[in-house]
Amino acid sequence: MNQISLHLWLIPILPLLGAAINGLCGGRLSRHAVAAIGVAFCGTAFLLVLFVLSHFFALQLPHIETYGTWLRAGAFHADYGFYLDELSMIMLLVVTGVGLLIHIYSVGYMWEEGGFHRFFCYLNLFMFFMLVLVLAHNYLVMFIGWEGVGLASYLLIGFWFTRDSAASAGKKAFIVNRIGDFGFLIALFLLIKHFGSLTFSEVFGSISHLPSETAGAGLLTTVSILLLLGATGKSAQIPLYVWLPDAMEGPTPVSALIHAATMVTAGVYMVARSHAIFDRSPTTLTVVAVIGTLTAFYAATIAIAQTDIKKVLAYSTISQLGYMFLACGVAAYSAAIFHLMTHAFFKGLLFLAAGSVIHAIGGEQDMHRMGGLRRMTPWTFWTMTAATFAITGVPGFAGFFSKDEILWQASRVNMALWGLGEFTAFLTSFYMFRLWFLTFFGHYRGTTTSINEGDKAGQGPGLLAINKSRTGPVAEPEHHPIHESPKVMLIPLIILAMLSVAGGWVNIGKNFEKFLEPVFRAGPTAYTLTETATQAGKTIGGATGTELLFTLTSVLAAALGFLLALLLYKIQPDLPARIAASFRGLYTAVLNKYYVDELFSILLVKPLLAGSRKILWQGVDRRIIDAAVNDTAEGARRVSDSLRHMQSGNLRSYAGWVALGAAVVIAYMIWVALA
Amino acid sequence: MSTTDLNSWILTLVTFIPLGGAVLLIFVPRRDRDIRVFALVTSLLAFILSLHLPAHFEHSQTGFQFEIDQPWIASPNIHYHMGVDGFSMWLVLLTTFLSPLCVLISWHSVRDRVKEFFILLLIMQTTLIGVFTSLDLFLFYFFWEATLIPMALLIGVFGHARRVYAAVKFFLYTMIASVFMLAAILWLYAKVGSFDLIAVEDAIRKGQVSGFGTAAPWLFLGFFVAFAVKVPLFPVHTWLPDAHVEAPTAGSVLLAGVLLKMGTYGMLRFNLGLFPEQSYANRSWIVALALVGIIYGALVAMVQPNMKKLIAYSSISHLGFVVLGIFSFTSSGLNGAMFVMLAHGVSTGALFMLAGIIHERRHTYEIREFGGLAKPMPTYAAFFLFIVLSSLGLPLLNGFVGEFLVLAGAFRAQAVYGIVGASGVIWSACYLLWMYQRVFFGKVTSEINSNLPDLGGVERAALWPAAAMALVMGVAPLIWLSSIAPAVENTLVPFARTVANVVKQ
Repeated sequence: MNQISLHLWLIPILPLLGAAINGLCGGRLSRHAVAAIGVAFCGTAFLLVLFVLSHFFALQLPHIETYGTWLRAGAFHADYGFYLDELSMIMLLVVTGVGLLIHIYSVGYMWEEGGFHRFFCYLNLFMFFMLVLVLAHNYLVMFIGWEGVGLASYLLIGFWFTRDSAASAGKKAFIVNRIGDFGFLIALFLLIKHFGSLTFSEVFGSISHLPSETAGAGLLTTVSILLLLGATGKSAQIPLYVWLPDAMEGPTPVSALIHAATMVTAGVYMVARSHAIFDRSPTTLTVVAVIGTLTAFYAATIAIAQTDIKKVLAYSTISQLGYMFLACGVAAYSAAIFHLMTHAFFKGLLFLAAGSVIHAIGGEQDMHRMGGLRRMTPWTFWTMTAATFAITGVPGFAGFFSKDEILWQASRVNMALWGLGEFTAFLTSFYMFRLWFLTFFGHYRGTTTSINEGDKAGQGPGLLAINKSRTGPVAEPEHHPIHESPKVMLIPLIILAMLSVAGGWVNIGKNFEKFLEPVFRAGPTAYTLTETATQAGKTIGGATGTELLFTLTSVLAAALGFLLALLLYKIQPDLPARIAASFRGLYTAVLNKYYVDELFSILLVKPLLAGSRKILWQGVDRRIIDAAVNDTAEGARRVSDSLRHMQSGNLRSYAGWVALGAAVVIAYMIWVALA
Repeated sequence: MSTTDLNSWILTLVTFIPLGGAVLLIFVPRRDRDIRVFALVTSLLAFILSLHLPAHFEHSQTGFQFEIDQPWIASPNIHYHMGVDGFSMWLVLLTTFLSPLCVLISWHSVRDRVKEFFILLLIMQTTLIGVFTSLDLFLFYFFWEATLIPMALLIGVFGHARRVYAAVKFFLYTMIASVFMLAAILWLYAKVGSFDLIAVEDAIRKGQVSGFGTAAPWLFLGFFVAFAVKVPLFPVHTWLPDAHVEAPTAGSVLLAGVLLKMGTYGMLRFNLGLFPEQSYANRSWIVALALVGIIYGALVAMVQPNMKKLIAYSSISHLGFVVLGIFSFTSSGLNGAMFVMLAHGVSTGALFMLAGIIHERRHTYEIREFGGLAKPMPTYAAFFLFIVLSSLGLPLLNGFVGEFLVLAGAFRAQAVYGIVGASGVIWSACYLLWMYQRVFFGKVTSEINSNLPDLGGVERAALWPAAAMALVMGVAPLIWLSSIAPAVENTLVPFARTVANVVKQ
């Protein structure tokens, strides 16, 4: 299709090589060598992406490269191939850029940990699969990446595998994702059955002749709903969000890279990539928008009560992903990708900064044992402040632009979606400033026994403490004077902080949307609302009056959140406890995440296990089938017993007899043949 | 010897070299080390020779290749007729590939009656290969039954505590079922006057078999019952968990890796080949049993306290995919079914080797006896994880390709088949990862586990080829699919008309 080849395959292969080297012989290498390999292979991939970017505007898009057939059966075949357009270009930049920064940060964060080479092996492996996911030119190659990032996530969540909670969290993430993958697979089967192909250009080409399914649910609605099920698994949306909070058991850089910046956005990417399908199903789009909005709101309510700093950020991630789904649901895919990008910057930064805080105070994650840290860890404080301002939507910061865009687009479709989104923005601002005040202001509330208490409180011991307890006796807290993190961790923080401030400016004058416009054009008969939205994009500055009003509302919501947090956690710090006491039932429910995990366990997991054990295995298998067989066998055994008496002395040389017997038979046959 | 000469003799060589080795082994003095080396060299020789098959396989040619057809016994009319197509060739290679690994994995674990053990193992290999290469029904039946003896002895003599019970159960279960096949074969011989598969098939297609119309449903069932027990298909599967748990490691590897595939191979070759109409007419209940097997096997696997039983039930689930693919009568389904057979042979074979390795150290398969093993045995844990991932169908590893094709085919035949079958991807993740967690993660709970030695050299040598094969099969499945496809198309010819509507849409 294109004359020049950019050798896109090199981009994912490089991290894979890094993973292979560190995985196979990292144990014999020094930490310096392991870190150098891990960072260098990821860094080279980033440089290659920059190289591709430098050629990007000269390319005929989409630029497709294929490298041979993967599998074939009958008329169906799937090729290894990569697909470069504006959308995958942005994803490449985000994944390799943020990925590289987090690799560098990890060198500092993980330096003291056991399994250092294992960590970088997994991290590079993740980069490989994530890059395959965003570059794929058909759904099956995308599925390689899709499952592969799930594997990397499983490995990294369970990195500290001696801890049961970490091992369980990894497994839970994988299994819940598999439920989503089930939907994804069925969608692929439908596409194969009806279009005979899984290649994006062919599938979307065939679809472009089909009308929008406004009259009722049809093939495209089914396909898109099934794809959506896959997306809700990967991107932690209702109903499959349950794995993400548990995933915080992984090392903090992992939470930043996989569970905030990149992997969890794969669902959003997939929906955006498949917009031709979604555009043609108003039903699905509505479902996407509703799921997104509800998830955004629901997760935000849980975030306000969490005391573990990483759990707050985890629920915040679910909530922000909800915004992206909301954007997709109102067919504002550019806005979704825009928020995906800014979110990668500021949420990645929030996690890294939280990691820096945790690192500084010896592994404590409970915000009630933090406080006053702004003086002791100034760089962390200022970078985290930038990220907090970005996520809450302080004007001028990255999140302000992207979230505003989403809410503005939502308001054009349905005011209820907008209203709930706006209220979620208020909640977001509240829980983020709550985190900010609790962590950095007031007095340091940590005590010498904090680590042990954390244990008892069921929060799980802090990260660094785990390592100590694995490698030796728990270090006394005095050995951990509160300290700022090393430069290798601070530099990524500073770069991400700059991006969190300035990352939103790319869409001033709708430049970002214009860049992505060729990807999302399509959808001619799609959806009347799409047209409105596209028109809005075209008449830039046309509706500035109304848009400004909506922007002001957003700013007001953020400000209210800030003020409430200021009141509760700075001015009147004893008030939250009193409020919690007077709404004890509600508070406990929220604190325990509405008991969804417990419900799953009682309604699903336990009956399934008990049923399999008592009814299927011990019942059907043993009492019914085997009992019948054993009666026969019992009779037969009596016969064989008598047979055995005849040859009891020969048991030892059974083998010889068999060989001899076989030889005789063969000899007879040869004799007959010759005769 | 020129290639053409070798082409006609290669199957004979590959089939009987292990038996020849076994016979020679009788005369090798009882020095255990020599016996092991001899067995290894013999099985490696068979493997290297078997590589001749894919190297000289003609993809454009349909039908059987490397044929040899010598009249053997005049009355009854038995031919020494061998030949392979894309199906059987790869099953032969699977057998020759797994056999050296079986020798390696038994290197240290078999200490008593070493000589008898390796003699049985080599005889086993010949009988298994013979099943796949025979094109004469008598020869086929001979090898088919002959596999029982070495396997029953491997279980009964070299197995664990309840070995006699398991061996007898295995023997009777499959023996009784085979009698129905024998009856069907004899009926066909009586009517056609030949045991030759091609002659019989020809006669049936041309309608030259008198009384075939009334007998066909029964003949179909006769073959099917024998194969269904071997697969094993729900509800005739209960011999398998017992046989596996009691079998020595190498026995389990060959049992799961190759012996079960005799059943699915038989369905492809005989049920679909000789009785296409009956196969198609009976597809609904067979697919239903396959689907039940997929889910049932997985659910029961999930609650097994014994690692080897868990793997055994997972085999029932995986073999369900094979039957589902075969009876979907789609190109994708059959290709996939064949690929699952091979992939399952490699992955489950490796899983049983891994289970054997831990049994050798701890003399138990009980999952609760373990925990935290990733700490003392990191290499073992890494191999185990890799194979678990290949077994649960991670893309780019071998398990995915076959399952995907089977499910795509099943979905095409009937959406609900694909949907129910696809739920297997969830279950396999559940039981495998849960088992992996309980064995390898968490803290080391018992003192004895904390000092377990990691993999030794011989164990690595047995596991590396399997792991590498799992990867190659996942990344470049066309190596296999390109020669399987012609056999699939050939098999589907009689269905072209019957199934036209299904295949089209």
